[in-house]
Amino acid sequence: MVGIMSFPNTTIGKKVIMAISGVIWVGYLAMHMYGNLKIFGGATYFNHYAEGLRELGAPVFGHAHLLFVARIVFVGSIIAHVWAAITLNLRNKASRPVTYNQHQKLRASTATLTMIYGGVTIAVFIIYHLLHFTLGLLVHPDFDGQNAYHNVIVGFQSYAYIPAIIYLVALIALAFHLYHGTWSMFQTLGLNNKTYNNMIRSLAWAVAIVIPIGFAAVPLSVMFGILQ
Amino acid sequence: MKLHLKIWRQENKNSQGRFENYTLDDVSQDSSFLEMLDLLNEELTEKGDEPIAFDHDCREGICGMCSLVINGVAHGQNREPIKQVTVCQLHMRHFHDGETITIEPWRAQAFPALKDLIVDRTAFDIIIQAGGYVSVSTGGAAEASAIPVPKKDADVSMDAAACIGCGACVAACPNASAMLFTSAKITHLGILPQGQTERYQRVVDMVNAMDTAGFGGCTNMGECEAVCPKDISLDFIARMNGDLIKAALMGVS
Ligand code: HEM
Ligand code: FES
Repeated sequence: MVGIMSFPNTTIGKKVIMAISGVIWVGYLAMHMYGNLKIFGGATYFNHYAEGLRELGAPVFGHAHLLFVARIVFVGSIIAHVWAAITLNLRNKASRPVTYNQHQKLRASTATLTMIYGGVTIAVFIIYHLLHFTLGLLVHPDFDGQNAYHNVIVGFQSYAYIPAIIYLVALIALAFHLYHGTWSMFQTLGLNNKTYNNMIRSLAWAVAIVIPIGFAAVPLSVMFGILQ
Repeated sequence: MKLHLKIWRQENKNSQGRFENYTLDDVSQDSSFLEMLDLLNEELTEKGDEPIAFDHDCREGICGMCSLVINGVAHGQNREPIKQVTVCQLHMRHFHDGETITIEPWRAQAFPALKDLIVDRTAFDIIIQAGGYVSVSTGGAAEASAIPVPKKDADVSMDAAACIGCGACVAACPNASAMLFTSAKITHLGILPQGQTERYQRVVDMVNAMDTAGFGGCTNMGECEAVCPKDISLDFIARMNGDLIKAALMGVS
């Protein structure tokens, strides 16, 4: 294989695939988080936004067309990301068949060492989330395809707030993943060096704090009765 | 001082290794770590036992032969206030009387064990053979200053060239990745005007050799940088990644 077509076969190429799919998802999460906050504007405002997503790109794109394209990009990215993560992780394990009796970590942070576990948590969460709010199957007590506002409020209030707690746990995993991921992405793409390192670290902190807190605002507000 | 040593013993590359315990009395605080092992080997030889095999050569921190994981740290230098050093530059004053010290070889699929604490680091030579050279015009010796080199680039090149190829980066990396080594070898040539001819071919070939040898991938943990006796920086890895991406976009294969 030649050029970028060789990326799926090399260790660095796989990381590049992860970095690019990762940045696509960071962008998506930022948009999604912003959209979610519109729930504080009330049912009509929020449902109007959910409907509006289907008119994205109008009049150039037809009803729900651009949304469809976006979904393909996001689903394709996450599949590529998870595939690269798992194959790379297996390879990394195989690179040291005889392990150490003692092996100290001098520098690696918790976020760095838990990327794969955080990633798997996020993957399981995404499936749960789709069942919960997109498809309304199995895990939602009273799903109404026309009323996103109702689905969110009832979805979080039900089952003794357990769904809300699942969201919060997943967001903690996301925060850790984003902290190492954001910095790591620059390193992988060859965009990091001494001059920018501290700036990139700060950016990683900002991304890892702002995105999860923005998301957490909704389930927390439902739990504390601010949204009902 | 008195020491309890837990040392990896392995007859040859095919045999199953195991830890052996030894006790050593009267070790001087001033002796180096390798001198301490010499002392143990003398005792073993006098008793008619097989001495412990370990790699070493210059014993002044420049050849890159010595290679021991001590208490879980490659080169064992996780003891303040000493800076990163090779094992041969580590001294017994950093240990305390009665301490138990665990000594293991580098462990990586790409560094097969040979005997006791010695591993085969040929994989590094293969990576260098894949691209560690530059093209020069033959003929009369060129004027040394004929090619201008920016001072900053010369400094970066020297920093990368400081790599002695000991393999501590691989030993310390939780993925047994050779990215720090490979990136240093790519950078010290690739940043100079003389190294431009093969710049993109070099990165493709050396990364391929690295992958083929069975090293793991980089997850940007920084464990390599933390143990490197020559302060090789993670920046070189970023630079190698960037060069590989450019090479791929240029269609170099
Ligand atoms: C919300 C979705 C996700 C986002 C925004 C995201 C983002 C990122 C980013 C930016 C990186 C850094 C890439 C690099 O170092 O070049 C990364 C690494 C990683 N991701 Fe994700 N990721 C997501 C989901 C997942 C999932 C579902 C998995 C499941 C296995 C996963 C597993 C990993 C692993 C193991 C790494 C570490 C790779 C390494 O350091 O070598 N991620 N992620
Ligand atoms: S023996 Fe030469 S660097 Fe340690």
